[in-house]
Amino acid sequence: MDGNSQSTLSLGARLSMAWKCFWRILGQPEFADKVNRVLAAPAPAVSAPVAPTPAPAPAVSPERLNASGLLVLSVFQREGRLIDFLQENVASFSDAEVGAAARVVHAGCKKALADHFTLEPAFKESEGATVTLPAGFDAQRVRITGNVAGQPPFRGTLKHHGWVASSVRLPAVAESLDARVLAPAEVEL
Amino acid sequence: MPRYSIGIDLGTTNSAVSYFDLEAANARGHEQTMLSIPQVTAVGTIEEKWLLPSFLYLPNNQEFPAGALALPWDQQRKDTLVGEFARSHGSKVPMRLVSSAKSWLCHAGVNRLDAILPWQAPDDVQRVSPLEASARYLSHLREAWDHQFKGHALAEQDVVLTVPASFDAAARELTLKAAQQAGFPNVTLIEEPQAAFYAWLEERGESYRKHVQPGDVVLVVDVGGGTSDFSLIAVTSQAGDVALTRIAVGDHILLGGDNMDLALAHTVNQRLTAGGKKLDAWQFNALTFACRQAKEQMFADATLEKAALAVPGRGSSLIGGAIKAELSREELTRVLADGFFPRSDLGELPKTARRTGLAQMALPYAQDAGVTRHLAAFLTRQAQAMAAAHEAPVEVAGRKFVHPTAVLFNGGVFKAATLKQRVMEVLNGWLAADGGQAAKELEGVDLDLAVARGAAYYGWARHGHGLRIRGGTARAYYVGVETSMPAVPGLEPPVKALCVAPFGMEEGTQADVPPQEFGLVVGEPTRFRFFSSSLRRGDRVGVMLDDVAGDEELEEVAPIETTLPAGEGDAGRLVPVNLQAAVTEIGTLELRCLEKGGPGKWKLELNVRMKE
Repeated sequence: MDGNSQSTLSLGARLSMAWKCFWRILGQPEFADKVNRVLAAPAPAVSAPVAPTPAPAPAVSPERLNASGLLVLSVFQREGRLIDFLQENVASFSDAEVGAAARVVHAGCKKALADHFTLEPAFKESEGATVTLPAGFDAQRVRITGNVAGQPPFRGTLKHHGWVASSVRLPAVAESLDARVLAPAEVEL
Repeated sequence: MPRYSIGIDLGTTNSAVSYFDLEAANARGHEQTMLSIPQVTAVGTIEEKWLLPSFLYLPNNQEFPAGALALPWDQQRKDTLVGEFARSHGSKVPMRLVSSAKSWLCHAGVNRLDAILPWQAPDDVQRVSPLEASARYLSHLREAWDHQFKGHALAEQDVVLTVPASFDAAARELTLKAAQQAGFPNVTLIEEPQAAFYAWLEERGESYRKHVQPGDVVLVVDVGGGTSDFSLIAVTSQAGDVALTRIAVGDHILLGGDNMDLALAHTVNQRLTAGGKKLDAWQFNALTFACRQAKEQMFADATLEKAALAVPGRGSSLIGGAIKAELSREELTRVLADGFFPRSDLGELPKTARRTGLAQMALPYAQDAGVTRHLAAFLTRQAQAMAAAHEAPVEVAGRKFVHPTAVLFNGGVFKAATLKQRVMEVLNGWLAADGGQAAKELEGVDLDLAVARGAAYYGWARHGHGLRIRGGTARAYYVGVETSMPAVPGLEPPVKALCVAPFGMEEGTQADVPPQEFGLVVGEPTRFRFFSSSLRRGDRVGVMLDDVAGDEELEEVAPIETTLPAGEGDAGRLVPVNLQAAVTEIGTLELRCLEKGGPGKWKLELNVRMKE
């Protein structure tokens, strides 16, 4: 990759910067001197590692950036109490008690999963079947384990058929809401 | 020019919209298109679903953060919440939740234009009328449509709105008013069981001829979330082609799938209470939900002898707070199949309890949960009514009840095949005992969506495509006429009923003018009592029935009234008039006063305010 021709700045940002420089060069002689020195300096060698310029403070906060992940958590909590279940200390309960609660989680989360994702196996054969992976198989969809040697085609046993979300239907969420609130507190009046 | 025929199923618990491109040359067959309805499903969360729960939540202004109730077409929305979140959140705040607005719409015991819902809400809740609630559901559907079909505004399309077959003239009129208020200028009404049958016709295509032939009588059993509705459709041969006629509809029965889940929850709750576990309202809701899931599970898998139920704790401690219970197959069968679809004899009529004046204020739920008993009553009464009429539309001579030859089921309740089988078993038992042939089941409609789909198909069929079901009004209508008698203190003069519209009046027709004259005082309101009957099939216009008070076959509808406009100083003048009824093209009943020997013509309005 050519480090010189790629800028981390967008065209709009660069236009805006050029405009500011134009006026400051005209209005501030010291600034014009500095620019002159930058222009006179030799260009860095192509092979020189480009120091990663610290990105300007992102306008998007991490929780906003990962809003859809938080949303999935909140959906599973709302429909199937998943967070309550995972946050609880299961060690102090009997299997029967955990099992009863698991039904609530299972029924609710299963519905949420079906409502928002279409899932299908990554590999159509049934588990336990002997399968052949041709050269150029999709290494993302298939992970090979065990005696990995030589070149494909590989023959092996399907241990897990994998999962692929063939479609995703996440609800639209209002921008103004704080995505970090996975479940609001409930106060009964 | 409308581009689409839009079928809207405004249900008691769920609404749905289907549409049909009028430029299409053929029916849609299996691809019966549905509108995805964006709705708030949680705070600030919008999802699209085919069903819009018919629930309206009236939020407190501090209750939700800004933007929480925004819709794609209205970012500022904050006073109206309709759909999924209204239902789920409203179950925790019942005093702000409007539900079953449709059942209130046909409840003559209250003023349906008054802001009375939520029933018994505290003062700070901005209550709405049953009409307004229905209009808000319809507005939501219109906005959802307009948002997705830009350039084909719903107001310019052909809209077909469904009503229960058992809705009387007043309830139909109100439904139409709600539609107008919601911005639907072109609306046609269709009865839900008919719509379900249209959906079946469309789904089957030409192959329907293999399943129904002339001579068949199709019974449509529609058990929705809140109401049960029966209709009979006769298949006849007319000029070599198949003709369909809706020959009878049942009474309005407030009994549906929601009652069934509740019944299961109460059964389990009784056992829990006996064991010392007391559920609060929130937990009871969760139990109802768990029972519904267990029911679906056990109906889907006949080998399951029991299903475990878990009612989660309300706090964050899920495992510690959970209450365990189980539902056995014996209970499921006893409560649902035997409770709601008992193996009853034909002669067993539904129990009715005489109500006191106070009880009438709340919704008049069916007193008897036995759907099969209501069905028996419907089929036997109709047979008697048909036998009494001058010509019966189907063979009833020597039969105890109308013999259906086929049954079409509709409504989510019948996703449980067990319940369909039970109805068939009971019906075929009656048929065998009465010397009839066993009826068969017509399969293949989507139980939740058929009504909306059939309505859209009907809109298309109205343009001259495909088969149409005829039938006209399913009731005869009467106005009350006070008889003159000497005044006796404490005794009301008996009221006679004059038939103004016979059974089976077709859309776009008007009835003859009965000879009876009335005197209307110009400038003063005149009011008539108004009655209907779904059983008096033979009454012609002008027939006078004595003493309506003792007549079990007559039901009182909202009163009708008119005020003749006073002009040219003739206020107080007495104008002799005759009454005439007409059924409009869109399926509502209209009553007019015709000036005797003059040009005057005035419309009578149904007064849906409370009976006084």
